[in-house]
Amino acid sequence: MTTTQAAHPDRVPDEPLVAPGDHGGLHNVFRERYLLRLLVKKELQARYQGSFLGLVWSYVQPLVRFLAYYLVVGYVLGLNRGVQNFPLHIFAGMVMVHYFTETFSAGTRSIVRNGGLIQKLSMPREMFPVASMLVSGYHTLPQLGILLVAVLITGWDPTLADVGAGLLGFAIIATFGMALALLFSAANVFFRDFHNIVQTVGIFVTWSAPMIYPYDRIADLVGGTWIEQVYLANPIANGVLLFQQLFWIPTTDPDTTPIPLMPDHLLTRGLIVLAACLVILAFSQWVFSRLEGKFAERL
Amino acid sequence: MGTESIVVSGVTKRFTMQYHRTLKQITIAALRRQPLGETFLAVDDVSFTVRQGEAIGLMGLNGSGKSTLLKLISGVMQPDGGTVRTRGRVAGLIAAGAGFHPQLTGRDNVYLNAAILGMSEAETKRKFDQIIDFAAVGKFLDTPTGHYSSGMSARLGFAVAAFAESDIFLADEVLAVGDQPFKKKCLQRMAEIKAEGRTLFYVSHSPGSVRRMCDRALVLESGRLGFDGPVDEGIHYLKYDASDSRPEDDEIGADI
Repeated sequence: MTTTQAAHPDRVPDEPLVAPGDHGGLHNVFRERYLLRLLVKKELQARYQGSFLGLVWSYVQPLVRFLAYYLVVGYVLGLNRGVQNFPLHIFAGMVMVHYFTETFSAGTRSIVRNGGLIQKLSMPREMFPVASMLVSGYHTLPQLGILLVAVLITGWDPTLADVGAGLLGFAIIATFGMALALLFSAANVFFRDFHNIVQTVGIFVTWSAPMIYPYDRIADLVGGTWIEQVYLANPIANGVLLFQQLFWIPTTDPDTTPIPLMPDHLLTRGLIVLAACLVILAFSQWVFSRLEGKFAERL
Repeated sequence: MGTESIVVSGVTKRFTMQYHRTLKQITIAALRRQPLGETFLAVDDVSFTVRQGEAIGLMGLNGSGKSTLLKLISGVMQPDGGTVRTRGRVAGLIAAGAGFHPQLTGRDNVYLNAAILGMSEAETKRKFDQIIDFAAVGKFLDTPTGHYSSGMSARLGFAVAAFAESDIFLADEVLAVGDQPFKKKCLQRMAEIKAEGRTLFYVSHSPGSVRRMCDRALVLESGRLGFDGPVDEGIHYLKYDASDSRPEDDEIGADI
């Protein structure tokens, strides 16, 4: 039997030889939009698999959390008297904090949870944390809707700069959440400790942003010191403040006490923090691409 | 432009076996001066070139590195040394099982799998009936694949890969799980794939099917390429022809 004569030069694809499995990172994820859409759909189905109420949980959990904060912090601790429209102050912060923690925790688990696919098929693995971020964004939409209704009822008069601030805040939270999700999803493959770290960080995040306490408490305590600068450099605190600039400040009256207080140069600080988050994202992508070659064997 | 379809040169893949995973275990082992882990070469300095349209039978005993080599070619794993390069789209079934999401239905998994293999929505819709027909999952199409039997799952996985547009088709012990009628269908489909001029990379323990399907055999021995050449000589090299295998087993294989 003769061999190796059977080549089909006429069928040779008009493409160069390439290293298989090299998908070129994060920016290629958004090029394969169809696959991303399928993964998002899959994730949406999987997140509330076998649950009777399904998406309703996206409303129930934030609602319960909101009530707990509002009743305890607002009435028991009495902060309600110190902040105008305190419920809006809490809720605007909560939407952002919740979006961040969801992206971070679901994203961190995404690679391990999709191990079955990753061990068998070659694709841009960044798809999975990105899909987690988009799904978390989808679950944030109902909360944004409620927030919008609430501010309209209260009386809302935002300027164009306020809208810019809100968008900037959202961009900071999304970029920072994505960066950490990417980094931790890769690390979680090697040591499953990382998703426990995420839960611990989640607790800290809730208290690190001016959500259940107003910013003027921080200004009172450490205003003008380096501690205040560190506090404001935290992307979560920064993003939350920018978001409150859109959804809380325009509902308040600057001339009545308690006077709502925001840090100076909020937009400039926001832009710097966003730039820093983009650098962190680039670093996370670099680490991810270093580690992803070992995913299939370590899952 | 050349006609090479797969170029593997000096490829090495090292696996680490970890004995200890927790901090406590690692500390204790370190104190007792026990080894923390051990590495071994699953694929050891393997080089070969496959031209477009060739049908390669990859043979070797269990644990000789066949599946690892396939994973390197498909891009699921990256080599630790050397390079792997491929031309065109790669589809296939690795380690006798599809990359299915157990919570998704058969239908959704077909779409997801096809998308990962690079097929558009329209392309998948066009081929969907063929795929379902071939896999013969019947009324279980809208059942989560987690409830499928291993045979059913393998059939659907093979069907998606076999009908996806690809230039290279990888088939890893596909016949190990299917029943006799399905094995026949698989062999027939692979013959069609070969006739279309796609590169076929077929892993099997069955000398009969390799003889029928392939033009060239590669034999792996503990990660090293022991033989590269004509199929009959490859089978002889592995001493698979001297066995007391019954003739009817020979063709579609005691694929274990």
